[in-house]
Amino acid sequence: MHNVIDINANKPVVGTTRLPTKAQPSRRSKLELNNISYSVNGKRILQNIKLNLPPQGITAIMGFNGAGKSILLKIMHGILKPTTGTVLWNQQPSDAKHRLTQSMVFQKPVLLRRSAKANIDFVIKQRGTHKPALRNALLVKVGLANKASQPARLLSGGEQQRLALARALACQPDIVFLDEATASLDPASSAIIEQIVSDEAALGTKFIMVTHDAAQAARIADEVVFMDAGQITEYASAEQFFNAPISQAATAYLEGRLHHQ
Amino acid sequence: MQESAINLAVQLIISANPDLFEIIGLSLRVSLSSVVLSLVFGLSLGAFLATDHFRGRQLINVLINALMSMPPVVVGLFVYLAISRSGPLGWLGLLYTPTAMIIAQTMLITPLVAALSRQVIEDLYNEYREQFLSLQLTRPQRMKALLWDARYSLLTVALAGLGRALSEVGAVIIVGGNIEHLTRVMTTAIALETSKGDLALALALGLILLSLALLINILLSSLNISARRQAYA
Repeated sequence: MHNVIDINANKPVVGTTRLPTKAQPSRRSKLELNNISYSVNGKRILQNIKLNLPPQGITAIMGFNGAGKSILLKIMHGILKPTTGTVLWNQQPSDAKHRLTQSMVFQKPVLLRRSAKANIDFVIKQRGTHKPALRNALLVKVGLANKASQPARLLSGGEQQRLALARALACQPDIVFLDEATASLDPASSAIIEQIVSDEAALGTKFIMVTHDAAQAARIADEVVFMDAGQITEYASAEQFFNAPISQAATAYLEGRLHHQ
Repeated sequence: MQESAINLAVQLIISANPDLFEIIGLSLRVSLSSVVLSLVFGLSLGAFLATDHFRGRQLINVLINALMSMPPVVVGLFVYLAISRSGPLGWLGLLYTPTAMIIAQTMLITPLVAALSRQVIEDLYNEYREQFLSLQLTRPQRMKALLWDARYSLLTVALAGLGRALSEVGAVIIVGGNIEHLTRVMTTAIALETSKGDLALALALGLILLSLALLINILLSSLNISARRQAYA
């Protein structure tokens, strides 16, 4: 179902704009991490991570600075190779074809030195298609329709991150990784991104997000993976995690205390 | 002398001296052709080296940097040996032609373009690297995207190449021969007039050459400044 798209729209129309239907139905990939370890120069960053994630919903990865959250996210996405262990999607090793169903938004948006719309077109064309309707719908969705022709790098921080999210969605992914995507944004910009993420998750896209914002995770995440010193110390539903954390590290984290092992 | 040189330069231009415009035309033709060819080879090589860390890459970088400082007369000598009648490419009959001058200048400028563009593109690639990995771009896709996004910074590289081409004399005099109405360019004409003692004419030609270089630099620099204002550079 396509709504009428107003390319002059100024504000995000979160929740009302449907993106053009995906060419193929989502493969609903289930993620399985088997004994993932990651070391740099002999220093162990991740240790024997084992995790199974469902193919839908929003998973928040939380933990202290240096816990290895971003590294784990990059390993899940396949842009970092684990030192040992395997990443399986639907019980199959991650391959290039499967990774085309994923996209990632980084903490600092990496935007090409082009206009906002050219940034989205770049990804769409790279996937071998030309879909101006998809690009326009995405720009409306993230509230940048009136800034489509502006240089991407002259947009505000919040606008740049919304554009990065729109570009990630332009891949029409099954899974989107967000690496502290709202860390440097004001509350209003964060709220827009949260709403878009919630809407897309409701439509079936899986989100795995690293965040330090406990309130944000409580608002939108279905489940929480908590990490401490390169290990997963807790994996629970968001409700359970925020109401009754089990590990001492998670308790300390939620209470705003440092935790020493 | 300076005053008479300036007067002579102005007179030569105002009178549309055909010999002068022939020399300027050939200078621009040879320099711009060699810059375009150098950009084709040098940018491809620079982008290739910037986008992958293969074994031997550092050695290639060192070689390119060494070639960058190779004296023009040595390049001219190599090209001369290759295209002279008894050389391996002698059958092409290129010696003492503008084509030979273009080949020599291209060989001279390509390492400069490759080395400078590699640095520009590598800096940009470090910024884009994770995003490109996430998008699974192939190497040609990465190279194309980087070359496009670095286009305004690469203008400076092209300018450096053009500067070297316009000011070059050693290589073109060896392979071109400084033949009147055939291979005489501004720099070789200046060298000849100086050796003949006609310093006023040599200075006049020098002033025109300087003005040309200045004009091209102003044009490209304004383009670069405008791009920076739009955050495209």
